[in-house]
Amino acid sequence: MRTLRPLSLVLLAACLAASSVATRAAEQEPPPRQQWSFSGPFGLFDRAQLQRGLKVYREVCQTCHGLTMIAFRNLAEPGGPEFTRAQAAAIAAEYQIQDGPNDQGEMFQRPGRLADHFPAPFPNDQAARAANNGTVPPDFSVLAKARTYERGFPWFLFDIVTQYQEQGPDYIVALMLGYEEPPQGVELPAGTQYNKYFPGHAIAMPPPLTDGRVEYTDGAPMTVAQYAKDVAAFMVWAAEPHMEARKRVGFQVMVFLIVFAGLLYFTKKKVWAGVHEPA
Amino acid sequence: MSAHSTYQPSSPFLKWLEARLPIMGLVHASFVDYPTPRNLNYWWTFGGILSFMLAVQILTGIVLVMHYTPHEAFAFRSVEQIMRDVNYGWLLRYLHSNGASMFFIAVYIHIFRGLYYGSYKAPREVLWILGVIIYLLMMATGFLGYTLPWGQMSFWGATVITNFFSAIPVVGDSIVTWLWGGYAVGNPTLQRFFSLHYLLPFVIAGVVVLHVWALHVAGQNNPTGVEPKTSQDTVPFTPYATVKDSFMLIAFCVVYAWFVFYIPNYLGHADNYIQANPGVTPTHIVPEWYYLPFYAILRAIPNKLLGVIALFASILILAFLPWLDTSRVRSATYRPLYRQFFWIFVAVCLGLGWLGSKPAEGGYVIAARILTAWYFIHFLIILPLLGLIETTKPLPNSITEAVLGKSAGRPSLKAAAASPEHRG
Repeated sequence: MRTLRPLSLVLLAACLAASSVATRAAEQEPPPRQQWSFSGPFGLFDRAQLQRGLKVYREVCQTCHGLTMIAFRNLAEPGGPEFTRAQAAAIAAEYQIQDGPNDQGEMFQRPGRLADHFPAPFPNDQAARAANNGTVPPDFSVLAKARTYERGFPWFLFDIVTQYQEQGPDYIVALMLGYEEPPQGVELPAGTQYNKYFPGHAIAMPPPLTDGRVEYTDGAPMTVAQYAKDVAAFMVWAAEPHMEARKRVGFQVMVFLIVFAGLLYFTKKKVWAGVHEPA
Repeated sequence: MSAHSTYQPSSPFLKWLEARLPIMGLVHASFVDYPTPRNLNYWWTFGGILSFMLAVQILTGIVLVMHYTPHEAFAFRSVEQIMRDVNYGWLLRYLHSNGASMFFIAVYIHIFRGLYYGSYKAPREVLWILGVIIYLLMMATGFLGYTLPWGQMSFWGATVITNFFSAIPVVGDSIVTWLWGGYAVGNPTLQRFFSLHYLLPFVIAGVVVLHVWALHVAGQNNPTGVEPKTSQDTVPFTPYATVKDSFMLIAFCVVYAWFVFYIPNYLGHADNYIQANPGVTPTHIVPEWYYLPFYAILRAIPNKLLGVIALFASILILAFLPWLDTSRVRSATYRPLYRQFFWIFVAVCLGLGWLGSKPAEGGYVIAARILTAWYFIHFLIILPLLGLIETTKPLPNSITEAVLGKSAGRPSLKAAAASPEHRG
């Protein structure tokens, strides 16, 4: 028994007091939690949602944001939007890709193929800055894993068990819906907008989505909220294209390990059966 | 690893080999015959788990290197290529990145087990110091490895940690330039960190051999802290320890797999999915979780040089533990006061870890200072003093007595009922 005596209680109280001094009021509201088809141990992407997300990306985001780590072939691979190869090739063909040098030593443009990656929207960061008011629009390829918000104690401990790891897409959706009139007395730098969820609130990107801007053909609502969710889901897939395989293999591994551990436990009990009795 | 063994080579080839290189006898003596105290609890299974984790890290690391490019322009992208285009590359990388964390979880449990049961006391001082060296090497290796993906935290973590050395008077800045291979963290830094990250695990493996050697000379400590006296007090390593270690290893793997397959980025930092950018400093530069207590100690001290000294002192002080703890009784089971201070110390370390993840401002700094002071007070004042003032509980005469109670030697009722003819 580890009974805590008065001495240790006093010390523990001192530690707790010290840490409660340390807690500060949260300065930023956390993004609201969304429902995602891909959360949890058996989560799968919603194919239609990923396809819609790609549509939003191509019609709205891609003028400024790259997707350079994704190849067109990925669009037809299992565990993603799962276009047919023909569909993915057709999407690729709509892009002009720089190739070369050719036999004359010159670079040339040709239509994209399945093996090509999405082309970058700007040739370099300087060009991106010049076109975007001094900021480089981040590439979408791993962005869903590069954005998060602080969960704080004790929630970060619960997240281990609940497997909550969709902070990235939750933040992205919140950001899309977080444009507001600045509160009174808030001066924004020139060329920035007020966003409730952006760290520091002054975001260089103008509100990108408006209701009805992208035409959906599958009956999904054509609202900013739906666009935001779809593109965020698409970005999660782009950042983690093997997520479905990972969770599937994970379940198999878990079943194996738990059964194996159980067998070893009973083996151990049998082997040790006589040891806790006199020899 | 004594060569005295009851090993009998079973085939002509093994007889031939044994006469020329008694390696099978050595293995037999170390991992089959080796007497282990019969009262070891599950906290003693983490040595085996640590060996397993070292092997996992080396094996996954060797394969990752086949696909990784240690260059500032390609490193970030090559890691993403492993995640996307290498067959099961995502598995290799997540096994390796989470493996580092699991390695540290296991080593912290292993160290605190040693602290609780007094495993550092004579005759195990060298064994303990070798362990401290392994821990230091692990910290270096983990830090170097975190630099390799060349994300924002890689870059800025490397900048902050290497800057420690600039606190050294006079030559500090020159040392930092020498470490970086330039005037800032850059490509030369990345390449030398990669080289060292590949080297150090093999150094660790070498020191682990010494650690196990020292263990097999002194013998294992046990929850009573009373040395085995008769053969009754021990059981052979195989099958007893092997099956117990195997069970715990697989149970540990369940936790490991949970992180790898379900929350692989939980222990990492989102900023490290942004490519290193020397022009943009992250809002909070935070090291990996396993360094956080030491990071809190560093920042608790207002003077940079003293902070760095405190940081290194907080680790090196462990090497002096065998002489700082003056009590003759090893196990906290028989040390009522030490047991309380042990748990306070655990709480202090956890508290420092939490504070290390917080910005160094306001109440956090005050709390970090109190806990840092306590960390050193624990080693420098409490441990030497406790040995002098503490009234310890009576130790059992033997391990067997501790396991079976005073009736050891006489058959228990249960055993007597089961085998009435058997008289102890």
